[in-house]
Amino acid sequence: MTKEEIMKPENLVYQKPRLLNDNPMHYCPGCSHGVVHKLIAEVIDEMGMSEKAVGVSPVGCAVFMYNYLDIDCQEAAHGRAPALATAIKRLWPDRLVFTYQGDGDLACIGTAETIHALNRGENITIIFINNAIYGMTGGQMAPTTLLGMKTATCPYGRIPEIHGYPLKMTEIAATLEGTCYVTRQSVHTVAAIRKAKKAIRKAFENSMQGKGSNLVEIVSTCNSGWKMSPEKANKWMEENMFPFYQLGDLKDTTL
Amino acid sequence: MAEEVVLMKGNEAIAHAAIRIGVDGYFGYPITPQSEVLETLAEQKPWETTGMVVLQAESEVAAINMVYGGAGTGKMVMTSSSSPGVSLKQEGISYIAGAELPCLIVNVMRGGPGLGTIQPSQADYFQTTKGGGHGDYRVIALAPASVQEMADFVKLGFDLAFKYRNPAMILADGVIGQMMEKVVLPEPKPRRTDEEIIEQCPWASTGCKGRKPNVITSLELDPAVMEQRNIHLQNKYAEIEANERRYEEIECEDAEYMIVAFGSCARIAQKAMEHAREEGIKVGLFRPITLWPFPAPEIAKRAKQVKGILVVELNSGQMIEDVKLAVECNIPVHHFGRLGGIVPDPDEVVDALKEKLIK
Repeated sequence: MTKEEIMKPENLVYQKPRLLNDNPMHYCPGCSHGVVHKLIAEVIDEMGMSEKAVGVSPVGCAVFMYNYLDIDCQEAAHGRAPALATAIKRLWPDRLVFTYQGDGDLACIGTAETIHALNRGENITIIFINNAIYGMTGGQMAPTTLLGMKTATCPYGRIPEIHGYPLKMTEIAATLEGTCYVTRQSVHTVAAIRKAKKAIRKAFENSMQGKGSNLVEIVSTCNSGWKMSPEKANKWMEENMFPFYQLGDLKDTTL
Repeated sequence: MAEEVVLMKGNEAIAHAAIRIGVDGYFGYPITPQSEVLETLAEQKPWETTGMVVLQAESEVAAINMVYGGAGTGKMVMTSSSSPGVSLKQEGISYIAGAELPCLIVNVMRGGPGLGTIQPSQADYFQTTKGGGHGDYRVIALAPASVQEMADFVKLGFDLAFKYRNPAMILADGVIGQMMEKVVLPEPKPRRTDEEIIEQCPWASTGCKGRKPNVITSLELDPAVMEQRNIHLQNKYAEIEANERRYEEIECEDAEYMIVAFGSCARIAQKAMEHAREEGIKVGLFRPITLWPFPAPEIAKRAKQVKGILVVELNSGQMIEDVKLAVECNIPVHHFGRLGGIVPDPDEVVDALKEKLIK
């Protein structure tokens, strides 16, 4: 079989998503952001919503999400993305509106905006990248940093007496009346990526069907911030993050 | 048909005017002395008539960021608050100015600093006209002196905001917000359709149908590009300063002395002017309507005619700095103000005029 035959459309089993453009990503090799961006691009395209999607990315590594996704986007101040998304969705009810927030953004500075948007049942999806560290500012302690985990601002490890405890925002979200779908996923294996994509698709569809707020947490790696190789970071995540941030659906009222 | 005259509070006039001119969304949080704006909107239920979105946010921070999100889609969106709440909104206002989005913010000022008081004040002049949030930006500031102007400036504010893609602010105070006066509300007109918005706002993030994706952002890491963005903003501000100065002059033609005052203070100063004229003192009143852009050239022109200026404010001396800059030390400029929620009597202003200027 020649190369040309292999490249025939009927033999095509995978291609770069149409909505993911050719701009070189600034994310570190091994980072989970690129995979999640790809899933979002695929889901929006598969839903036929590329011309009706508005994404909101606040301060954090993914503030430049708009550089990579070929859809309309708004950059938000640190923590405020759910407030922007609330207004956009209420003013344009037939648009697909989602936020893409990190752990510092969602579970710390934007706790109020996140909880209240979810509790109002805004028909949006919040994608929550939890890598237990502040990536963009260079590896400081996050609200989700595990006990004992070392960061630039807890260099001797997170100690509850000094730093308090890691926050499980997704568990909190599951208790809110306004949420219809709350799930925790990861993208460290092919199987996990497939499951995460299904979760994002379900969340986006719920938001378009007016079923309520959706939160998709992706337990992620930050191998640069964690100071590990990508492979080791994945293993460390499985061994340390997953026992505390357990994967799976926490709430699904659509069943 | 004869114009319908109604009696209402300044805050209520804001709400009614917003519905009538076709505002798409209001996002607010209760705070005295402006809560009637949100209360009136909730009572009127415009979502059942014009389709206007009205939402009580979880904080002033969230409210201004809802405005940011809505403004980024080209819709006519607004918020209102009072001084401590407007302090919380400053981050969002800076982002909106940086991203060059149109919106309307209403500040019904109360006394500060800190939690201060719920009584009227004009102590947010600096915050409004000199920045407020971080970065080199400007907000178009309209200072109403009557309930009629509260109603009229909703449309004027949006017109200017969309003309220049810049946030506009109505800077009122507790007196103007709470007092009841006769007002003629604007003629009702429908909100723009989504198609009209997409056509009028090709920059908006409405979903990229038939065009390249739009990005609403104030972020730029390349300093050379960021400098150009800043220069672009400054050029826009220079254009606004050249074209949009608004003011009112009352009995300035023969004036030997001039009072400069805005908002509720201008109303009190007008009465003081009348009392002074009854005593034979030829006083005129100059009322800046736009606090930024400040009508400095017009004040400078009057400074060639009058012997001195008294700036009357409900603060310890904020607008006086702009008046002094305008007259360039050519004539004496003095200040009279009451603080912490006290509103002066017109005769206090006359006494200050005699004591500080005429002697």
